[in-house]
Amino acid sequence: MQHTNTQDTLVGLFVASGIVGLFFLAMQVSNLSSFTENESYTITARFENSGGLKVKSLVSAAGVKIGKVSAISFDPKTYESVVQLNIESKYNTLPDDTTASVFTAGLLGEQYVNLEPGGSSDYLKNGGKIEITQSAIILEKALGQFLFKSAEEKK
Amino acid sequence: MIEFLQHLGKETHTSFTKLGRGTYFLLQTLNGIVSVVTRPRLLINQLYSVGVLSFLIITISGLFVGMVLGLQGYYILSDFGADETLGVMVAASLVRELGPVVSALLFAGRAGSALTAEIGLMKATEQLSGMEMMAVDPIKRIISPRFLAGIISMPLLAALFSAVGIIGGQIIGSGLLGVDEGAYWSQMQAKIDFQDDIINGIIKSLVFGFVASWIALFEGYDAIPTSEGVSRATTRTVVNSAFSILGLDFILTALMFGDN
Repeated sequence: MQHTNTQDTLVGLFVASGIVGLFFLAMQVSNLSSFTENESYTITARFENSGGLKVKSLVSAAGVKIGKVSAISFDPKTYESVVQLNIESKYNTLPDDTTASVFTAGLLGEQYVNLEPGGSSDYLKNGGKIEITQSAIILEKALGQFLFKSAEEKK
Repeated sequence: MIEFLQHLGKETHTSFTKLGRGTYFLLQTLNGIVSVVTRPRLLINQLYSVGVLSFLIITISGLFVGMVLGLQGYYILSDFGADETLGVMVAASLVRELGPVVSALLFAGRAGSALTAEIGLMKATEQLSGMEMMAVDPIKRIISPRFLAGIISMPLLAALFSAVGIIGGQIIGSGLLGVDEGAYWSQMQAKIDFQDDIINGIIKSLVFGFVASWIALFEGYDAIPTSEGVSRATTRTVVNSAFSILGLDFILTALMFGDN
């Protein structure tokens, strides 16, 4: 009987350590701990060009994460990119003249939406629209303009 | 020419017959799982021999694989000045691929071959027919508990493998090579998604556990009851398991990680 008892303990230890491993993966390795399904509200921003922005991209203000991109679609009438931003409800004091721009984290980093609060005393509500937007800087475009300009100057 | 065609036809016929027997065997085994629930003792014994005895090889291999990933990743990433993202590289490759796949291959080598040999020998020494004589269903008594134990152990072993590997990568990365420890973990947490990476890894290891146990048990049960037959069956278990695991891994990866 002693033998089976040790076996039981070892099996128990094995299963427990496996679960600890899973728990470690969930909490320490993945984003589960920071992934709390917070209350959020949605606002839309229309960009002339949203560049490499993706669903789940970061939305930040003053360098702090305040939400994420929930959907990106193309408006076939205005030829604009319609980006839906999910903002956490605790940040509900964004002025309605907030500027949204697509920035790049670092030279080759991911693109994210930066919100620059304006001075209005009215706040953006659920379903609100950001009127002033600044498109993503497309590297090829910028390079092209630069080359064109420097060619002009040489003449 | 005719002989070749005859040979081809015979081979095709045998392999389809074997697949058919395997499927029938699988259905019987699944049917037998119900009766395992009423006799948990059998399952505990098998969890011991399938899971606990594979524990050491899995954790040690995981540690070394993680350490190698830490080293290689550091050399490559530091060329681009991106050694801060070492944690992402180590964790993503372990959780998505290496954890489930390598632990399944080790599982097939360590536990699968043992299962085949054990059941093949039971058959060769007529223990299985003895049980039938005593009106004990060998599938319910012998096969199903082992099958269930394999399916339960595999995700646990894969999770352990990944966890130990990530710690190994951290030991090498920030302990030896000087990657910032905070960056190692925070970059990892920012990039590894629970749903997309961890859950998909667990699904993979469940599938591998299912396939590896099925192959091991069926090869044992289907072995020619001689010592040579058992040895061949054991070889086939390891070879076929490795093929199936790697092939399925490709399919599962294409299905799971296709959209990014």
